Amino acid sequence: MDIVVLVKQVPDTESLIQIAGDGVSIKTDDLKWVINPYDEFAVEEALRIREAQGGTVTILSMGPAKTVEAIRTALAMGADKGIHINDPIAEGSDSLGISKLLAAVLKKIPFDLIIAGMRAVDGDNYQVASAVAEFLGIPQITQVTKQEITGKKIRLNQVVEGGVAVIEADLPVLFTAQRGLNEPRYASLPGIMKAKKKPLEIKTVGDLGVDAGQVGVKNRKVKIAALKLPPTRKSVMMIKGEDPAALAANLVHKLHEEAKVI
Amino acid sequence: MGQGIFVITEQREGAFRKVSYEALSEGRRLADVKKCGLTAIIAGPGAEKMAPTLEKYGPDKVLVADDPLLTEYTTDAYTDVVAGAVKAQNPELVIIGASILGKDLSARLAARLDAGLAMDCVAIRVENSEFIFTRPMYGGKILSDVKIDGTPKMVAIRPNVFTISETPRSVVLEKITVSAGQARTNVVERKLESADKIELTEADIIVSGGRGTGGNFTHIEELSKILGAAVGASRTAVDEGWRRHSDQVGQTGKVVSPTLYIACGISGAIQHLAGMSTSKFIVAINKDPEAPIFQKADYGVVGDLFQVLPAIIDEVKKLK
Ligand SMILES: Cc1cc2nc3c(=O)[nH]c(=O)nc-3n(C[C@H](O)[C@H](O)[C@H](O)COP(=O)(O)OP(=O)(O)OC[C@H]3O[C@@H](n4cnc5c(N)ncnc54)[C@H](O)[C@@H]3O)c2cc1C
Ligand SMILES: Nc1ncnc2c1ncn2[C@@H]1O[C@H](COP(=O)(O)O)[C@@H](O)[C@H]1O
Repeated sequence: MDIVVLVKQVPDTESLIQIAGDGVSIKTDDLKWVINPYDEFAVEEALRIREAQGGTVTILSMGPAKTVEAIRTALAMGADKGIHINDPIAEGSDSLGISKLLAAVLKKIPFDLIIAGMRAVDGDNYQVASAVAEFLGIPQITQVTKQEITGKKIRLNQVVEGGVAVIEADLPVLFTAQRGLNEPRYASLPGIMKAKKKPLEIKTVGDLGVDAGQVGVKNRKVKIAALKLPPTRKSVMMIKGEDPAALAANLVHKLHEEAKVI
Repeated sequence: MGQGIFVITEQREGAFRKVSYEALSEGRRLADVKKCGLTAIIAGPGAEKMAPTLEKYGPDKVLVADDPLLTEYTTDAYTDVVAGAVKAQNPELVIIGASILGKDLSARLAARLDAGLAMDCVAIRVENSEFIFTRPMYGGKILSDVKIDGTPKMVAIRPNVFTISETPRSVVLEKITVSAGQARTNVVERKLESADKIELTEADIIVSGGRGTGGNFTHIEELSKILGAAVGASRTAVDEGWRRHSDQVGQTGKVVSPTLYIACGISGAIQHLAGMSTSKFIVAINKDPEAPIFQKADYGVVGDLFQVLPAIIDEVKKLK
């Protein structure tokens, strides 16, 4: 079973995000970078499948030089090798651009299964995985909380509003990890040592034969015109009251008469 | 260069998702600004029978694609059908609701059509006859105004954010012949939670509980029942096994935009706020006056939720 996991490096969810001077990007100097939390579930699931069935787990990531940290972390968790698309020309690509580059790599390597995160928590786009599946011409199943492979068949639970759909398909497929799939392991110290020696290939846009006119910040279809901070709420009104009954009466009065929401 | 606005509706078992009405209403508003036509598509069994329901939200034309192949949602069949219809209509803008399946379909469709897609938008405006889409990024810490090059442009709108308005008109109905290839995924079963459970992303009111509940959601359940609300949870409440993953609100849970969000025994961690900060009104009930949730709330109650909630329940009952 050859499994490829799509991993993106993103700012830690605790990060304070600040708008840069250009008004269309964020300040990146003081950020702590981590593997996208949903991609961690994807890596973990790939490792569990390999542990049960044998095979390889390859980490594929596009991003600037520091992305290598995220790839190394996934290798330290236990993945076998990494592929890093690192090319200044590709920087700032939108979802379509990123997907074209990832798909170009995938067209050249063997795989039975691709696992991605259901969304990257930087742009919150929910797009790259589906686009990669489309460009490869393989089925996608998004927001998966459980999978089971028997031979060439995969059975998955997809979260839908109000429940789950149980879906079957023949491999190869791409699925995206939703929370609930597993609890990711931590990289162990020996794992971190071993990761340093694991193979890691670097690819450029030229290597992949992707038209440079399709990628990079200039060729985004979705162009950022301005970033702004969300409107601030007016400051909180603390409800007064001697006891729970008075507090409750005052709150319900406000919600009923002032906000008119109940 | 495409023209007109095209709305993809979503239905399950003969009922439209609320976000479909939101998408149509917004489509009508934008079509009036742009002085162009508004077309909607309904796909799936019974599509034709459902078409009249859409009249009051103002489409000029409704396409119906009714085929057994579309009985269950599969990405393959729906993408084939909708992509075919979009190509034939050649619209400038495609609007879809960013439900779970809406996200699945729109992302695949955008790749098929090589179209720019603004996912999970919370506002759309037209400036100098150009569309500008506002979408949260970084879990809502930043709002981004984006423009899209080329046509069609695609936008998936966040459920519960856009206003539903009724502007009835008589619609032209057009049946389209379905050309869905073979779907390569097969829905073998659908396990739905009890039918009367209100979906978090569509709920008007959410009562949420965190670690402060100690796992006792009785009062939260009761309050939500009398308010017709859905029950949400912090990640801690889910990790502790008190609630299901599907109840989790936040950066690694659901993103919700109810009219009223009542957070009980939730501290207000940044990852939780990411999931509920676009709620219209936020009430926080917490025994710690320093809890960060109070900085994001409209109304704050300092108190023990086990005492305050029963009292609130009594007060709400008086209203009914
Ligand atoms: C990558 C990542 C992703 C995450 N994603 C999410 C997410 O999607 N959603 C999410 O919620 N969290 C998420 N978290 C976790 C988040 O950081 C917090 O740990 C979590 O939200 C805390 O949950 P809580 O508020 O229930 O618990 P706590 O922070 O422990 O707060 C409990 C609160 O209850 C109050 N309290 C206690 N007893 C009572 C009482 N009797 N009456 C009234 N108040 C009482 C306390 O004063 C306290 O403020 C994520 C974390 C990480 C690292
Ligand atoms: N630059 C990237 N490199 C590798 N994988 C990516 C990249 N961007 C997105 N992905 C994958 O696609 C998923 C969805 O991302 P997004 O569409 O950006 O929300 C992520 O969870 C990753 O698995």
